[in-house]
Amino acid sequence: MRPAMQFVDIASKFQASITVSKAETSVDGKSIMQMSMLAATYGARLKIKAEGADAAEAVEALRELVEVKKFGEPTPEEKSRQMS
Amino acid sequence: MEIKKGIAVSPGISIGKCFVIDAEDYRIPRRLIEPSQRLTETQRVRNAFKDGIVELTRLQAEPKEIEGQKIKDIFAVHLSYLRDRTLRKKITDMVNTELVTAEFAVSSTLRDIASHFTKVKDVYISERAADIYDIEHRLLGHLVGGKRQDIAALKEEAIIVARELSPTQTASFNKEYVKGIATGAGGRTSHTAIVARSLGIPAVVALEDITESVNAGDTVIIDGNRGIVIVNPDDNTIQQYLEYAVEYTELEHRLDTIREKPAETRDGVRVMLMGNIEFPDEAQGVLQKGGEGIGLYRTEFLYLNRNTEPTEQEHYEAYSKTVAVFKSMPVVLRTVDLGADKYTQSRRYIREPNPFLGLRSIRFCLQNLTMFKTQLHAIMRASVLGDLKIMFPLITNLQELMQAKMILGDVMEDLDEEGVPYNRKIKVGIMVETPAAALTASMLARDADFFSIGTNDLTQYTLAVDRGNELVSTLYSSVDPAVLRLIRTVIQDAHKAQVETSVCGEMASEPESVMLLLGLGVRTLSIAAPMIPEIKQIIRSVTIEECNKVARKVLGMNSERQISSFLRDAARKILPEAF
Repeated sequence: MRPAMQFVDIASKFQASITVSKAETSVDGKSIMQMSMLAATYGARLKIKAEGADAAEAVEALRELVEVKKFGEPTPEEKSRQMS
Repeated sequence: MEIKKGIAVSPGISIGKCFVIDAEDYRIPRRLIEPSQRLTETQRVRNAFKDGIVELTRLQAEPKEIEGQKIKDIFAVHLSYLRDRTLRKKITDMVNTELVTAEFAVSSTLRDIASHFTKVKDVYISERAADIYDIEHRLLGHLVGGKRQDIAALKEEAIIVARELSPTQTASFNKEYVKGIATGAGGRTSHTAIVARSLGIPAVVALEDITESVNAGDTVIIDGNRGIVIVNPDDNTIQQYLEYAVEYTELEHRLDTIREKPAETRDGVRVMLMGNIEFPDEAQGVLQKGGEGIGLYRTEFLYLNRNTEPTEQEHYEAYSKTVAVFKSMPVVLRTVDLGADKYTQSRRYIREPNPFLGLRSIRFCLQNLTMFKTQLHAIMRASVLGDLKIMFPLITNLQELMQAKMILGDVMEDLDEEGVPYNRKIKVGIMVETPAAALTASMLARDADFFSIGTNDLTQYTLAVDRGNELVSTLYSSVDPAVLRLIRTVIQDAHKAQVETSVCGEMASEPESVMLLLGLGVRTLSIAAPMIPEIKQIIRSVTIEECNKVARKVLGMNSERQISSFLRDAARKILPEAF
């Protein structure tokens, strides 16, 4: 649930409306309920769409969270490496 | 019209409109509202979210020794949900379109989300369902809590229908307007029953799914004599019950005339009849009904109806107010009996797997000395105002009693240093309410000035039956041979050691048990005020010789069923109107 919360926290800082899609399902990127119900686990493919004045910045900030910081959590591979 | 049968726990008859309270930890039934209530219900949803946010923000800021960061993260997630407008809208939309109560909309929406999570294969996500249930629980807590304030602010007479009433809820009752109580859970000695009896409000418990059979505003009849609740009665039934109600009031008035007469058997044996109270404002009622003091003054209420723990001065004011009413009559004050089903402010969130076997009552006090000493300090200050006695609850061994007395000694030293006067010779006794205490009564008697047998917990612990669980309520009986043997042991051992013994459990206020208790040698009973006249009437109608015979017979019987039907027959001969 923490990653969803981080995502929503960042998305909520922007004016732009943010839509996140996984396969056919699209949800409001500012709603933790909808984001967590998307059930995006590690390795899922997400499409982030923003509309509004600060749309570009919003997408960039969210991309950074997902792709660069990786939610500040170890990936499953890293976890198994730590354990062994 | 629907007739429901439960357990009659507080006598009397009342007819009125019902006020329903759902429980945050029990399935919320789908209950409908009128279109005109849409605005109020959606506002209740918004308020619950708002209150939840305030509460979580406060919890997050509190330094927590044990839980640490992990809990804070969980709180952050919950906060995030409560701030989610789309979630709130989903719930208010449901209220508006389906015309259901705020409670039902919250519960059903969040349960849908939770079940969505449990279906996901990924363990990390499916475990999140627990978070959703927590959020549901928190929101419902605020909705129900808001209802609680509504009971406090009732402007018209109502009959309360609930799954179960918590001590916090009953503590905030506006007694003037609560005319009857019906609960799904509970038994004769559950908290609701005790409170209803002491306030003289007709009540029926263990009605199972009663909350699903009523909607707010339905007309309900509570028959606290026969254990019957009738939902939406027809005109004939209402008429019939109005007549019953008149007859019953007449009986009560007849009994009130014996108020000035002593509680004395026909052969001249004097029995002392005292009252059990929880709130200082009940004290007057005990006197009015002819009580000769307080045999059990419960002090938990100071902790229940508020957000912060009471100060020493607040303890003192409550006690001195009560003592003032009784002047030189004895007032036995029981030190706080929190834990199990009643909680202190700071511990409300820590759950124990077996609360009735856990850190409750004297055990809790002995581990929270600051709180315990605060209460003892206030009691000792009030001890100069009248005949105040101290009673420690749930003692299971001599060490606990010694420890508690040692702490009382410390408090006396503090008072000496402060130059505050107190009664140095205050009597210190214990509740005998565990099998352990009953079996070792002869040892405890050396260090206790008096015993009070608490038959409610003694029965619960002896028979291993949860006294509030309606599923096993038929097994709960204070006249079970096992319980009676323990009571006899206590009375005999106390007699040998010349320690005064009274009975303060609900058993003492059951007309059918009175002869038995007298026959076992009990001479002091402490009961709910409204029961005093009826019990006195029984005492005045019997001889000790008859009582001894009843006790001898009963102790020779080997089944609870045989005993209770024998006792009922014996009592019916004496006071037929009451049965």
